[in-house]
Amino acid sequence: MALLKTNKVIYCLGNISPSLGVLSTRNSSWWGGVQMGPPDPILGVSEAFKRDTNPKKMNLGVGAYRDDKGKPFVLSCVRKAEAIITTKQMDKEYLGIGGLAEFSKSCAQLAFGADNEVLKRSITVQTISGTGSLRVGANFLARFHGGPRDVYLPKPSWGNHTPIFRDGGMQLKAYRYYDPSSCGFDFKGALDDISKIPEQSVIMLHACAHNPTGVDPKPEQWKEISDIVKKRNLLVFFDMAYQGFASGDIDRDAWAVRYFIEQGHNILLSQSFAKNMGLYGERVGGFTVVCNDTEEAKRVESQLKILIRPIYSNPPMNGARIAATILNTPDLRSLWLEEVHGMANRIIKMREQLAAGLKNEGSSHNWQHVIDQIGMFCFTGLKPEQVERLTKEFSVYMTKDGRISMAGVTSGNVGYLAHGIHAVTK
Amino acid sequence: MSVFCEVPLAAPVAVFKLSQDFNNDQFPKKVNLGVGAYRTDEGQPWVLPVVKKVENIIVHDDSLNHEYLPILGLPDFRSSASKIALGDDSPAIQENRVGAVQCLGGTGALKMGAEFLCRFYNGSKNTNTPIYVSAPTWENHNAVFANAGFEDVRPYKYWDAEKRGLDLAGFLGDLESCPEHSVFVLHACAHNPTGTDPTPEQWMQIAEIMMRRKLFVFFDSAYQGFASGSLDKDAWAIRYFVSMGFEMFCAQSFSKNFGLYNERVGNLTIVAHDADNLKRVLSQMEKIVRTTWSNPPSQGARIVAITLNSPELFTEWKDNVKTMADRVLLMRAQLKAKLQALGTPGTWDHITEQIGMFSFTGLNPKQVEYMVKERHVYLMASGRINMCGLTSKNIDYVAESIHEAVTKVQ
Repeated sequence: MALLKTNKVIYCLGNISPSLGVLSTRNSSWWGGVQMGPPDPILGVSEAFKRDTNPKKMNLGVGAYRDDKGKPFVLSCVRKAEAIITTKQMDKEYLGIGGLAEFSKSCAQLAFGADNEVLKRSITVQTISGTGSLRVGANFLARFHGGPRDVYLPKPSWGNHTPIFRDGGMQLKAYRYYDPSSCGFDFKGALDDISKIPEQSVIMLHACAHNPTGVDPKPEQWKEISDIVKKRNLLVFFDMAYQGFASGDIDRDAWAVRYFIEQGHNILLSQSFAKNMGLYGERVGGFTVVCNDTEEAKRVESQLKILIRPIYSNPPMNGARIAATILNTPDLRSLWLEEVHGMANRIIKMREQLAAGLKNEGSSHNWQHVIDQIGMFCFTGLKPEQVERLTKEFSVYMTKDGRISMAGVTSGNVGYLAHGIHAVTK
Repeated sequence: MSVFCEVPLAAPVAVFKLSQDFNNDQFPKKVNLGVGAYRTDEGQPWVLPVVKKVENIIVHDDSLNHEYLPILGLPDFRSSASKIALGDDSPAIQENRVGAVQCLGGTGALKMGAEFLCRFYNGSKNTNTPIYVSAPTWENHNAVFANAGFEDVRPYKYWDAEKRGLDLAGFLGDLESCPEHSVFVLHACAHNPTGTDPTPEQWMQIAEIMMRRKLFVFFDSAYQGFASGSLDKDAWAIRYFVSMGFEMFCAQSFSKNFGLYNERVGNLTIVAHDADNLKRVLSQMEKIVRTTWSNPPSQGARIVAITLNSPELFTEWKDNVKTMADRVLLMRAQLKAKLQALGTPGTWDHITEQIGMFSFTGLNPKQVEYMVKERHVYLMASGRINMCGLTSKNIDYVAESIHEAVTKVQ
C-alpha cells in the first residue's frame, strides 16, 4: 500500500543548469506558452444568457433553485439560523482540519439515519461542498486505494466528475446508465457493464436525482446493483448532492445509501448542502469513509487531515455553522424539512405543467420522462441542433446535451417553454 | 477484508497537537505560545470591531443571498485585495496586467499558484523544477508544493542560528548557485517562524540576482499590516519587485490582519507581463479551481470587500490592525526588558528586532521541552513563540520560565 511520498531535500552544489524546458521568450513573459482555456460549458450558458436582451429569455443552465418568480431563494430556516448565530457572538478561530465537529456529526446522521451503527465506524470530514468532497475522496483513493486506478462513472455523469478524479490522480471509465431511446434507465446495460468491471475498482453511484439525467434506479433495481457490485468486490463511492431535493423526503432520498450500508458495503460518500439548504456560495459539504471499526476510522481520519492541510488547511466556518444549527435545532430542522419539501414539490409541479403544456401544444412525442425523471434536472432528449434553435429563436438557454434545470421553470414561463420545445421538435 | 486495512496512522500536524496538549493541561498558569492567532491582553480571541460591524450589515441586508460566487471569486474582493498588496496607484494595475483568484486562505492561494506553476511554468511538466523555501519556513510550504507535483522542494539559507539573524551571504549564495528558473517562495514580511525580514537594501540585492538569473518570484504575504502596523510599509518588498518588472505570484491571507481565520479568506494576486498573458493565465486558473473547490466561500470575502471599499470602514480597519500590531510590539519590548532585568544569559535584542507575530527565541529543543513539561509554557520545538500569547498577566511567568530553561538546561 502506498505510504506518503517523502520529499527529496537536496542541497544544491555548484552551478547546475539542468534542462528545464523552453522558456517562451516571444513576449518576455513566463506565460507565453499558456493556451486560452476552453470556456466552462455551463458557465458559458449563463454568460450568453446575461447578454441576451429578449425579455422572455430563460436560463435553464444553472443548477441553482429559483422560486416561482425566478428569484434565488434563501430558506427561512437559514435566515433564522443566521440570526441565532449572530446573537452568539462567536469567535473566528481556526476550525480543525476536519472542520466543525458538530456539523460533521449531523452530516453523517442525516445520510445514514441518527441511530445507524455505521456512525461509530465511519469518519466524516467537513469539505468545500460537493466538489471539495469529491476531490478529497479522489486524492484519498489515489494515495491509499490498493485496487485499480479506475473510477467507473455512469454514462453520462456530472461534467466535473471526470476532471476532478483526473486531477485527483485517478483514471476514468464508464458503465452504461442512460437509455436515450426511452429517456430512462438502461438497467440491463448497467448490470451488464458492472458485471465486467475488474475487482476492487471504484464505482461511482449517484444516490438520488442523477445529474444530468434525472433518471434514478428503482429500489428493486438498486438491490440488484448492490448484489452485482458485491459480487465484483467493487468499492462504492456515492455522490449525494440532492438529499431531500429529489423526492422531498430526506429519508427516501437516502434509501439507496442506507441499503448499501445494510448490505455490508463500506462506502465512500460525498454530500453537498448547496441545493438542499440553498447554501451554494458558503461551500458546505462532507466526505465520509465507512470503515470496518473505530480504529481503522481513526487511521483514515489522520490521513485525510494530512491530505487536506496542503490544499486549504481547514474549511470555512459560516455555512457549516448554519447547517449544524439547522440540523440540531428541532424547530429549524422541521422548518427546513418543510422548505425542502416545498422546493421539491415546486419542481414536480413544473414537470407536470411542462408535460401538460407540451400535450396542449399538440406534440406527438412522448414526454412521460419529463414527469418520471427526478430532481433538479431533466434530460429532455433534445438534440444539439434543436437545443441551438431553442436558444437562438426563443432565448431559452440550456446545455448542449439537452439538459434543463427545472428550477429555472416557473408557472409564468412554463407555457412559453412548452411552446418553444414543441416548435423545435415537431 | 477492508480496502483500508493497511492505511497507517499519520502523525498529527505538530502545531495543532501542541494546542491539543495545551487544552488538556490542567495547570492553572499554563500559557499557549503555539498557534499563530492574535490574542487580546486578556488572552482572548479578538473579533475586529469593524468585522462585527460589517457582519451586522450583511445579516440585515435582505438583498444578499447565498448564490455561487464566480469560479475566481467575488470580483470586488479580488481587485481590492490586490490593491492592498500592490498599492492603489500601482502602475501594474493601471496597465491592466494584475489579476487575482479568491482562494481558501493563504494556504489555498499557495495551492492554486503551485498547481498552476507545476502545469504551466516554463513550458510544461515542471515536476523537476526546484522550489526553494527558506530554512526554516512555515512547515506547510513543503507539503503544498510537493502535493502539487513538485518533486524537488529545497531549502535556501535564511536563518543564522549563531547570530540569531538573517544569513544574507548564505541566501544570496543560494540565489547565485541555484538552477536558473528555480522558484523561490519569499515571505513578504514578518517571516514565519523567525520574525526576521531582509532590510530594503537587502531586498534590492535579492531582487537583482533573481532578475539576472531568471528566478520566479512567489511571495507569501500572510501578515500585511500586522508586522509594522502599516499596510504600505509591510508591502514594500512586494511593490519593489513589481517596480523592477517581475512577473510574480503573491499569496495573500486575510486570516490574521482581518482576524477572519475560520472564514478562509485569501487571494492569489498575479502580476503578468501584459493583459493578454494575464487573461490566458486566469482562464487556466479557472480549470484548476473548478476541480478543487469549484468556487470559493462567500462570507469572508464579502466582509473584506465591503470593508476595503468603504472609506470609513477601511480607516476603522487600519486602526484595528494597528491595535494588534502595537500590542505585539509592546509585548516584545516588555519581554526583552524582563529578560534583561533577570540577567538571563545571552543577548535578547532579537526579541525586539524581529517583527510580526512570531519570535525565534533561540531556545534549543531540550530547553523547549523543559518549558513545556516543567513550566507548562507551550511553544514549538523550533523555539518559535507567538508573541500574541503573551499578556500583561503572564509575561512575568514566561520571562522567568525562559530564564530557568536557559540557566538549567543546556
